[in-house]
Amino acid sequence: MIEFHLDSRSGVSPYLQLIQQVRQGLRLGMLAEGDQLPTVKDVVGSLAINPNTVLKAYRELEYQGLVAARPGVGTFVTKTLADDTIAAHAGLRTDLEKWLAKARRAGLDDESIEALLLTTFRATTKEAV
Amino acid sequence: MTVALQSRALTKRYGRRQALADCELSVPAGRIAGLVGPNGAGKTTLLHLAVGLLAPTSGTIEVLGESPASSPAQLARVGFVAQDTPAYARLSIADHLKLGARMNPGWDDQLARRRISDLHLDPRQKAGKLSGGQRAQLALTLGIAKRPEFLILDEPVASLDPLARREFLQGLMAAAVDQELTVLISSHLVADLERVCDYLIVLQDSRVQLAGDVDGLLSTHRLLSGPRCDTAQLPPAWQVISASHTDRQSTLLVRSSEPVSDASWSVAEISMEDLVLAYMSNATVAPSRDRTLEVQR
Repeated sequence: MIEFHLDSRSGVSPYLQLIQQVRQGLRLGMLAEGDQLPTVKDVVGSLAINPNTVLKAYRELEYQGLVAARPGVGTFVTKTLADDTIAAHAGLRTDLEKWLAKARRAGLDDESIEALLLTTFRATTKEAV
Repeated sequence: MTVALQSRALTKRYGRRQALADCELSVPAGRIAGLVGPNGAGKTTLLHLAVGLLAPTSGTIEVLGESPASSPAQLARVGFVAQDTPAYARLSIADHLKLGARMNPGWDDQLARRRISDLHLDPRQKAGKLSGGQRAQLALTLGIAKRPEFLILDEPVASLDPLARREFLQGLMAAAVDQELTVLISSHLVADLERVCDYLIVLQDSRVQLAGDVDGLLSTHRLLSGPRCDTAQLPPAWQVISASHTDRQSTLLVRSSEPVSDASWSVAEISMEDLVLAYMSNATVAPSRDRTLEVQR
């Protein structure tokens, strides 16, 4: 089961953050078909948010065809977003960790690392298109 | 839609001082409603009218379809956590639960005891020795163990530190789901309520400035910025809540159900906090076009 967390400084509404975290979990293989999402009571009891926010996020995920609600039981994952590339994740992650360590040794702080990653990512995405 | 709280022209005066004026409210059942306003706006007066601790000077109020405190049955359906979450300092937690059981016909003793143990509180402890956060949790426990349909809380988190505040709201939200409660909670800080409420009431200078479904309010209010304009020339469907101008630029808070199609305006969504502040700073003027608060910079 995944555990939600909220970033209050991100400017992204709690509703969207919940959806993003489920989608990310599905993409990274942390959530698989048949897994149960936390109950509404559990989510509001840990995040102190409005129950309708959680219900709305779950309904949107249902609409996207990713989860299904079983009345009286809970909400379950029906589809995964992880594809064949998942096998490559571990190796790529190790490479990225090495690169991050190298960047820190070179004296880059978190903000610089994030900026460099993002600008390089954007530049290469443009090239690819 | 069932209505949990309905008021018409509700007014309360203390001598010559007007504490609440012409309050028109219709809070749907099943919602978490936030009552926001600065200290002295009339929040406590409104809540006391809702639980029957005060009687209106004029106008009417109905809670769960009945006049507040009109019968023992009505009293049993409404829970109230008073300001600063009071408890009897010399009584133990167990005494409080005993008192709750004696005074409330629908008392859920199992729920009360489970909550006290989940909070790692010792039932033998005197309420006077509890921290502010623990005392608030005790008051919340009494409020929900009475098994009301509608729980009303007056500034329960105002005096708590951030951690205790969060724990209190966690408990309140979990109880709201568990017991399908309608909740009305007041605070002078919007930030406390931003994530928990889905219905908003803004009270200022003893009047309701704004009330409605949060999603509805946020989707019909927009922040516009663009080249300097004359507010009299704007589309008639726009209700301008606030406007400020520099010599080149105008910034407007506009309420309109239609999307803004004019490309000369850059449109931004508004947060609940900004929305509340805009209505509060507008409080002394009625929200009509010609009396909009204008700020010349």
